[in-house]
Amino acid sequence: MGFNIYDFTGMTHNMHVSFMEHMSPLMTTIVEWTIIGVCYLLFIALFGLFLVYAERKVCAMFQQRMGPMRVGYWGLLQTIADFIKLLMKELITPKGVDKFLYNLAPFIIMIATFMAMAVLPFAKGLQTLDFDIGVFYVTAVSSIGVIGILIAGWSSNNKYSLIGAMRSGAQILSYELSVSLSLVTMIILAGSMQLSVIVEGQRDAWFIFKGHVPALIAFVIFLIAGTAETNRGPFDLAEAESELTAGFHTEYSGIKFAFFFLAEYINMFIVAAMAVTVFLGGWMPLHFGSLESFNHVMDFIPPLVWFFLKVGGVIFLIMWFKWTFPRLRVDQILTLEWKYLLPINLVNILLMSLVVLTKFHL
Amino acid sequence: MTNEELQAYLTGEFPKAEVTLGKQYVEMIVKSEDLVETSIKLKGMPQLSMDYLFCLTGVDYPEKMQIVYHLESTKHRHVLVMKCDTADRVDPKVDSVREIWRTAKYHEREVYDLMGVHFNNHDDLRRLFLEDGWGFPLRKDYKDEVRIVER
Amino acid sequence: MSETKEIIISTDKIHTDQYLVNMGPQHPSTHGVLRLLVSLEGEVVHHIQPHVGYIHSGIEKMCEAISYPQIIHLTDRMDYLSAHMNNEAVALCVENALQVEVPDRVKYIRTIMDELSRLASHQLWWCVMGMDLGALTTFFYGLRDREHILDIFEETCGARMTVNYNLPGGLMFDIHPNFQKRVKDFLKEFKTKLPEYDELLTGNVIFRQRVDNIGHLTLEDAIAWGVTGPSGRGSGFSCDVRKHQPYSAYPMVQFEEKLDTKGDSFVRYRLRIEEMWESIHIIEQLIDNIPEGDYAVKMKGVIKLPEGEFYQRVESARGEFGVYIVSDGKKNPYRVKFRSPGFSNLFALNKMAAGHKIADLVAIMSTLDLVIPDIDR
Repeated sequence: MGFNIYDFTGMTHNMHVSFMEHMSPLMTTIVEWTIIGVCYLLFIALFGLFLVYAERKVCAMFQQRMGPMRVGYWGLLQTIADFIKLLMKELITPKGVDKFLYNLAPFIIMIATFMAMAVLPFAKGLQTLDFDIGVFYVTAVSSIGVIGILIAGWSSNNKYSLIGAMRSGAQILSYELSVSLSLVTMIILAGSMQLSVIVEGQRDAWFIFKGHVPALIAFVIFLIAGTAETNRGPFDLAEAESELTAGFHTEYSGIKFAFFFLAEYINMFIVAAMAVTVFLGGWMPLHFGSLESFNHVMDFIPPLVWFFLKVGGVIFLIMWFKWTFPRLRVDQILTLEWKYLLPINLVNILLMSLVVLTKFHL
Repeated sequence: MTNEELQAYLTGEFPKAEVTLGKQYVEMIVKSEDLVETSIKLKGMPQLSMDYLFCLTGVDYPEKMQIVYHLESTKHRHVLVMKCDTADRVDPKVDSVREIWRTAKYHEREVYDLMGVHFNNHDDLRRLFLEDGWGFPLRKDYKDEVRIVER
Repeated sequence: MSETKEIIISTDKIHTDQYLVNMGPQHPSTHGVLRLLVSLEGEVVHHIQPHVGYIHSGIEKMCEAISYPQIIHLTDRMDYLSAHMNNEAVALCVENALQVEVPDRVKYIRTIMDELSRLASHQLWWCVMGMDLGALTTFFYGLRDREHILDIFEETCGARMTVNYNLPGGLMFDIHPNFQKRVKDFLKEFKTKLPEYDELLTGNVIFRQRVDNIGHLTLEDAIAWGVTGPSGRGSGFSCDVRKHQPYSAYPMVQFEEKLDTKGDSFVRYRLRIEEMWESIHIIEQLIDNIPEGDYAVKMKGVIKLPEGEFYQRVESARGEFGVYIVSDGKKNPYRVKFRSPGFSNLFALNKMAAGHKIADLVAIMSTLDLVIPDIDR
């Protein structure tokens, strides 16, 4: 079994072959699914915890304070301590809730998050599903989450939750459009919806450089709409702490609340990963056309590092938004989408089509 | 207007009221049946235009309740203390001035809550701070057995 | 609930599409235990009925049982952010009643402390305003600067918020030798920090959209509802007691009463920021010229006010604060009434916020700068 940090295709293939030698095909499938499931679970739990820690540190940085410092070195174990606390908390079910839906909602949100994770290419060969409609799949699956939010708000028997859920419904449905259309812009450039092909197409130059002006516009729109889709500030109307106490998850406690919390961070990761995959070259290293030696040095950095560095950068950007801007009002958020982002997006698609048709790109 | 001018003016304008020059402000005691009429005049007359009611409170005297209105004119910047005595101390009644100075609505609720003064024509005379059936703590005969606050 | 019905059936027909939400008594944006019974239609606020009294502590009743110097200690529990102004109101009221003239030194120090309190209060208001609008970072910027003022307070009188620095006839003790230097250092630093406030919030597009043309209060309404302080001045209601009935060292300093006529949330916001500049200006005029002298007049051991009624108005950070003392010549007052600015300001909320969205209600409420113990007393 060869292990190559630049290309995981061989490794996964070898694993599959050795499983097949010892087990029946059905058993192989089951074992492989289990391994993948465990990997994703671990990844989501650990990366979620890390993101919570990172968020607290980043926000502390913006606010001229230290953030968590007491538990572990530089507070590294703080989020783990918090997680244990959440696990041990009592699960309170308030009176008058629709019990089935109330308990179902956190799982729907988590499932939507898991499903979207499936197609993300972390590195060459490190991708669970390689659909030919990968981009389409992500946009479709990521909007399942809103059903979870709506159910949570509806079943909680709380007016704040309901208002939060309704806001969230209106917001996510609207911003879904912008996310999809900005991705469509890039699909025109890439010529494929398959994520691995999209990444492969950025070997010589990332799409944000390749598509120059229209790609840059699409990137900005994607970032705005993506932030809105994850219900993060300044678009966190669904939670709107100062207005609706905690919005749709007001009535949730313990691990159920942790699910919502974790899903928010993982969704942020998914948005960042999509931005990286479609605009910033996925796991591809940074290359400049003629600088041979520079390109060569860049090639030495493993794709996983590239991927997570870029994702980290985009996540930092999204956190930056949250800790700088005040929250928008519900009518303003819809105005922004329907009156500004959507028309710009449509024109941008046209522009991109012209660019691609005239081959006016790198 | 200075206090002296104001006193002279008010004496001429409201013969039924008793206008005196207090230590700081001009004070005027009006009869409770003239209260609303006087108030409308105080606010409406351009020479007076007492449009800003900055304090409304009650004082429990041994034989009467007195409602005290501190008024200021935002135009002329003179201040008047208008007082209105109620006839009955135990079940005091006085007309509401909430339609003349809107802020009086809640100040009157407070006075009702703490002193038990009933304001006629008040549209929403409920207790403000305390629970129903508490008693009227700012009356001098109020006894609190638990937390003894006595003068 | 009878009051529930009352609001729903407030007009002739029953509004079936309205629903009631209890904002409070525990709610992040009411900053204390205030309860607003809000009737909503979708997101739009129809009617707001404030319910107060959750921390009514009967201060007025307590005052009847204690002596005048003791009353001062209760006053800073009301509006704990402008504690010094409240203390001063009682002290001034007693001094005026006894016709005691305090030394200039006392007046100067009181005024400086007033303005420092105002700065600290406005800083906290600014933090909370940002937080109510979802910008949490403002909170830490404001608190960072407020800490310096609280440190000065701590060094001067031992307490950070409930300062209790006043006595009838002067101050409890003289200022700390470091006082002038520290205040000057603070002002020098704060003058560089205050523009940061503008950079972070005032110029922000989202912030401006949230507060511009929201929550209008006309001049007429402001006067009728007795809305004072920066909230009233935003509507053009010239109600600065420091100008109209000056006390302490205010007659000796130059400052401007900031007025605007637009009366929306942003104007109320801007006036407070401008008031901070004015406060800095006032302190700068006084800090170097504190005259030598006694820090208190010798008063009798037991202070008895002459028979009569006394009223003292001061400008607290929230608006006009008034003390009304009725004395019958004994050592404790016959009746004390505190006219608190928050009480009047709160009840104008319905006028301002009805017809706006819930998010705007929160924004408007923060521009009123409510302190709940100030309302409940």
